[in-house]
Amino acid sequence: MHDHDEQPHNLDSMRSKLQGKDGAQYWRSLEELAGTDEFQRFVDDEFPHRATLLELDRRQFLTLMGSSLALAGLTGCRILPQDKIVPYVKAPEEVIAGKPLTYATAISLGGYAHGVLVESHEGRPTKIEGNPGHPASLGATNAFMQAAMHTLYDPDRARAITNVAVASTWDDFLAATSKALEGQTASKGAGIRLLTETVTSPTLAAQIREFLTKYPNAEWHQYDTSSADNVKAGARLALGSPVNVVYKFDKAARVLSLDSDFLMTMPGSVRYARDFTNGRRVRKGTREINRLYAIESMPTLTGALADHRLPAKSSDIEAIAYSIAQGLGIDVGSSAPTTKLAPPWIAAAVKDLNAHPGESLVVPGEQQPPSVHALCHAINEKLGAVGKTVVYTEPVEAEAVEHVASLNDLLADIHAGHVQALFILGGSNPAFTAPADFAFADTLRRVRFKVYHGIYADETAALCDWHVPDTHFLEAWSDARAFDGTASIVQPLIEPLYVSKSAHEVMAALNDKPLPGYDILRESWKALGGAGDFDTWWRKTLYQGFVDGSAAKEVQATIQGSLASRLPQPVSAGSGLEINFRLDPTLGDGRWANNAWLQELPKPVTKLVWDNAAIMSPATATELKLCPADRPDQATGSMVELSLGNRKLKMPVYILPGHAANSVTVHVGYGRTKTGLVGADHGFNPYPLRTSAAPWFSGGLKVSPTGEKYDLLSTHYHNSIEMLDRELARVRTIEDFIKNPKLTEPDEEENPPEYDTLFREPDTYRDWEGAKWGMSIDLQTCIGCNACVVACQAENNIPTVGKDQVSRGREMHWIRIDRYFKGKDLENPQVVFQPVPCMHCERAPCEPVCPVAATTHSHEGLNQMVYNRCVGTRYCSNNCPYKVRRFNFLNYANHHDVNELGQEAAPLKLLNNPNVTVRSRGVMEKCSYCVQRINAARIEAKKDRRNIKDGEVVTACEQACPTQAIIFGDIADANSRVSKAKRQDHDYTLLADLNTRPRTTYMAKIRNPNPEISTE
Amino acid sequence: MQNHGAEKFIGGKQTFESITTKIESVVIDQRKKHPLEWYVVFGIAFGLLQVLMLAVTYLIVRGTGIWGINIPVGWGFAIINFVWWIGIGHAGTLISAILLLMRQQWRNSINRFAEAMTLFAVMCAGIFPLIHTGRPWVAYWLMPIGPNILGMWPQFRSPLVWDVFAVTTYITVSALFWFVGLIPDFGTMRDRAKPKWLKYLFGTLAMGWRGSNQHWFRYESAYLILAGLSTPLVLSVHTIVSFDFAISIVPGWHTTIFPPYFVAGAIYAGFAMVLLLAIPIRAWYGLKDLITMKHIDWMAKFMLGTGMVVFYGYLTEAFYGYYSGNKYEMFMIHNRMTGPYAPLYWSLIVCNGLTPQILWSQRMRHSIPVVFAVSVIVSIGMWLERFIIVVTSLHRDFMPSAWGMYTPTIWDWATFLGTIGLFTFLMFLFVRFVPMINIFEMKDLLHKQEGHAISGRKEHVVVEAASAHE
Repeated sequence: MHDHDEQPHNLDSMRSKLQGKDGAQYWRSLEELAGTDEFQRFVDDEFPHRATLLELDRRQFLTLMGSSLALAGLTGCRILPQDKIVPYVKAPEEVIAGKPLTYATAISLGGYAHGVLVESHEGRPTKIEGNPGHPASLGATNAFMQAAMHTLYDPDRARAITNVAVASTWDDFLAATSKALEGQTASKGAGIRLLTETVTSPTLAAQIREFLTKYPNAEWHQYDTSSADNVKAGARLALGSPVNVVYKFDKAARVLSLDSDFLMTMPGSVRYARDFTNGRRVRKGTREINRLYAIESMPTLTGALADHRLPAKSSDIEAIAYSIAQGLGIDVGSSAPTTKLAPPWIAAAVKDLNAHPGESLVVPGEQQPPSVHALCHAINEKLGAVGKTVVYTEPVEAEAVEHVASLNDLLADIHAGHVQALFILGGSNPAFTAPADFAFADTLRRVRFKVYHGIYADETAALCDWHVPDTHFLEAWSDARAFDGTASIVQPLIEPLYVSKSAHEVMAALNDKPLPGYDILRESWKALGGAGDFDTWWRKTLYQGFVDGSAAKEVQATIQGSLASRLPQPVSAGSGLEINFRLDPTLGDGRWANNAWLQELPKPVTKLVWDNAAIMSPATATELKLCPADRPDQATGSMVELSLGNRKLKMPVYILPGHAANSVTVHVGYGRTKTGLVGADHGFNPYPLRTSAAPWFSGGLKVSPTGEKYDLLSTHYHNSIEMLDRELARVRTIEDFIKNPKLTEPDEEENPPEYDTLFREPDTYRDWEGAKWGMSIDLQTCIGCNACVVACQAENNIPTVGKDQVSRGREMHWIRIDRYFKGKDLENPQVVFQPVPCMHCERAPCEPVCPVAATTHSHEGLNQMVYNRCVGTRYCSNNCPYKVRRFNFLNYANHHDVNELGQEAAPLKLLNNPNVTVRSRGVMEKCSYCVQRINAARIEAKKDRRNIKDGEVVTACEQACPTQAIIFGDIADANSRVSKAKRQDHDYTLLADLNTRPRTTYMAKIRNPNPEISTE
Repeated sequence: MQNHGAEKFIGGKQTFESITTKIESVVIDQRKKHPLEWYVVFGIAFGLLQVLMLAVTYLIVRGTGIWGINIPVGWGFAIINFVWWIGIGHAGTLISAILLLMRQQWRNSINRFAEAMTLFAVMCAGIFPLIHTGRPWVAYWLMPIGPNILGMWPQFRSPLVWDVFAVTTYITVSALFWFVGLIPDFGTMRDRAKPKWLKYLFGTLAMGWRGSNQHWFRYESAYLILAGLSTPLVLSVHTIVSFDFAISIVPGWHTTIFPPYFVAGAIYAGFAMVLLLAIPIRAWYGLKDLITMKHIDWMAKFMLGTGMVVFYGYLTEAFYGYYSGNKYEMFMIHNRMTGPYAPLYWSLIVCNGLTPQILWSQRMRHSIPVVFAVSVIVSIGMWLERFIIVVTSLHRDFMPSAWGMYTPTIWDWATFLGTIGLFTFLMFLFVRFVPMINIFEMKDLLHKQEGHAISGRKEHVVVEAASAHE
């Protein structure tokens, strides 16, 4: 509007002005510098660019007024704080900002590899998924594999090499080490000991052997609480060598578990769960499914899945194994113990196993003594299982020793004064986990030079002179073997966050070959036989995540001679109280104690969080007079003193229906004293009761009430939940299913008819012609393992809230696994698991009650939460009959410097999935059907101008599920997997009579009881 | 309502002069010594008000997590208190509007008082829906501020939005009604005030009131219109509040009986509160001649009547719970009676159902301690009723796996007691700074009682004369 004639600037005169200037040499513009009259006028005039009103004609005036009015509204627009995003100046190869990359690697659990694929956003790993090609994973994960990501960013990890708790350096450590080793050269290392966990890593084993070659008198010991000592001893006893036992559950029609939780605790459990449930899937026309018998003390996931479950004390199992062997005509000698426990039950089970030769299998638990394992080998041989449902391979461990004995030898040497330098590698934390009678901590003090290599500054680190922080598996190169021997290269995704060294780097330093981890691995695998062109082989192996054809060789092993003569004298069961030690289902031997995801993860059967307890049956609690006879639930939370000999421990009681009578189970792993802020001071430490003689169970327990109460937290209100008269998780038998595949019974309400409504509105999500998302959850194959819960937490940035907040009923999990007890027998009820995410109701009760439309429906049928619209009235949650909505009562996300758990929030922020909003305080959240994954798939599909294909969108829970119990997809596509699942006759809707029309439906659990055993 | 009844509504030997003096002197003569009780109660109330400020500040800093609410019990004390306070307000509106339309002149001595109570109770109530939201700073999104400013409307299907309309309408109409009713009395105060600033103050509030015929005519029309507007509010506000529950699908909430049952309960609680306030104040300020035993007797009868409606509601709820045959409803009723909150349920039955039955006896209705005690019990009972409705319905609904318990925290109590402090604080200020009894309506009543009654408008001439006489 203003005609402003630009004068060409005279640069020379400007420069000269600038030279001659005194005072502050700031200038606003070139015009000012030029000192033009024009500029002076410009400065003097307050509104230089306005046209005077007199210059305007009527039209211009109206135009101005109109536009001013229109623009006035814009002043309401807020200017949001601006952050700068800087693009890569030099883009790393393959990285496209905003597009995650996935790398194959492997995680070791108890020393055994599980192949995983890890998602990385601009170099920041955020999510772990199973590797579909890896035999131990088949694409699935368990809760630990998911939660390992949290450990990577755990702010409480050790961050520096320390010498007697004072920060030091790698060089100082090397200097101190070489000094310590120098003194040993003369004695060829007689004073040197290595203590590792289970080692399956070929490279680490080679490095250790190299070290032992250099110091031939040095010794290598192994200790890991989770080590399957009894399995090795049993194999040695029966077959003459510690073969590795691999089960082929896919070929088993009848399985008997003798105190074994093969779905959860074995190195191959993720794979086993898939194989086993594949034999149980029920679809239209299914007439046969496999059958599982479980005899166990503590109710486990395996017991919950079993068609017949028999509670028995751990010490009774041996006698049961004997009688089963006898029942099959195996010679077990004349002094074999007999059991009085349910003879018809056992006889019927044996008959059933025997009727399926080559298709039946008996699985002994790792806690059972070697004799039980030996007997089971004999039984399996008799059943024709060997080579079919169970195969023996060469040991996977580099050195298959029995760990308790190995640790015992080490301590004996220390006591004898033979040990001058001890290197503890790998975070097994023996000061916390070693059997109580070893007095490990006291003994350790006698060693002059002690080095601990672990990821946390834990109880053992505190006792050692040097602590060298270990790397997380995503930070360093390594390798490991899976349960069947398949080797994987563990490739890192990120530089170590803190000063830390991998075990390989530490060993390389001890061997005086200080190479980077990458070189160590490559050198090692060049020797181990990277076939053909090594680089090609290396790339391909890294890409696929495992080494082709590296599975351990099958070996033929048979019972050597007369087993009866070799079986040790059975320990009589005794009639007193028995204590069982088990690894905690979420904390393991205690190593996961500082992982907030696992602390807040409800234990599979008890649903306890942030604590452990002395678990016992209602009958035992009544007998111990911990509660009135008619109210066993009142015993939960009572403090008792457990005494085993002169060892004592105070612990709260948890009453669990189905637990074996006269038996108490305690989980080790809690009661940590030296770990991060999350792990310390939660729960009770049963290790002091656990001796090398009886590491897994022991008689002679005394329980005396102390009269105190303790707040045990279970996410299930009261400990025993029945469904009342509500058939929420439906269970039928296969017989019923064959007779009447529809679940409805005469008096049962069917889905209500479509009522005509006064307020008919266009049914947009029904009439929608695009994708209609839906989910099917198969209760038949859900084993209740919690993998989906942690996977969802990792995918959707779900915060942990801490014990106090959980005690107020504010846990945040978007998917929960409900556990119901069924049946009239309090001492042996059936257990049913039911995962409950948001149902995505077509007529969602949450939507009409939201006053601000913060929860709405998408055309594709998603019930959406608009976080930044939510004001937090919580009415939606009140009105949700499934109670799947979660509210941020406080600021749970890592927004501030310190989070709700007191941890430094900065590293944990790196954990977040950048595609999912981090919710602030005061807003509601819930399962979104992983809408970010749907949208990612949609973008890909749109680029190719096609529809989203079935299986292209996989929700986090579906992807993690070891048993493929969760199926997600488009129900508008009649051929999609989810549509096929929903067409099953035993598909049903949760709370159908409310007419909410959920998009998530369930398939009933179909049990396969033996008609010869009465169930009630 | 004719003379034979009216004679008991003003006690002693009263003249227009004495009535005016009795009421206005409390306000005009601020140097007059106030009863010690006023200072004590006011002091406590002021203290509680500070507690409220502290509790709300901490709430805004930390979040609603400082309360005992959780999943499944998403609503706790905040909503209980909201409904309780809103209910208390209803008696005021009923007394001033419905009884006016029904020409129940006995209301004249308590209506001002009851209206103030309404206003303050609604203020207390209004705090809760605001602060109970997770993000109170955006709670204004519930207002229909419209797409021009907020980009979208609220979601009109939600009863919480209806609530916003109901409560804002209610407080607006109540405030107007109260103020319009005060105008003639402000005129009197202006005329009687001695200090100049007080004259100006009351003069401003009197809005030029001179007591002319025209003024009286307009006043009467305006007051009647406002009474007409208020009358449906007595029914609608608590009906809509009850929709907050009834619209849902939660067993124990999803009930068609809620609107009438809530309205009756509101009036019930309101009368209890009027009595709770009137009984001490009439004693402290020597107003026993104006708020007579007859008033107390009648209000007690009102309590008895509405209490019976409420009790009938409880019985019906229980009966239909079982009669429905719906397993969730049956369980809900069973759980209320035998579950973890059963002691509270049975206390509720005792407080609201059985206790008022004592008021059948005239002797009891005439005993001030008994009526006061019953009022306290009913107030507690009505609070318990809301607790039972909100908490016991939510804590065990459809899926046993998601059941929980609700335990209030110290901050829940602080906020609740704080609003009681706010309410008492405001009420006591009102007593000192505003004529607490309607002066001109009392004169009108006196006029009728003294037997000079002539029907129709001419009364006002007399009253006006009386007013002018000052």
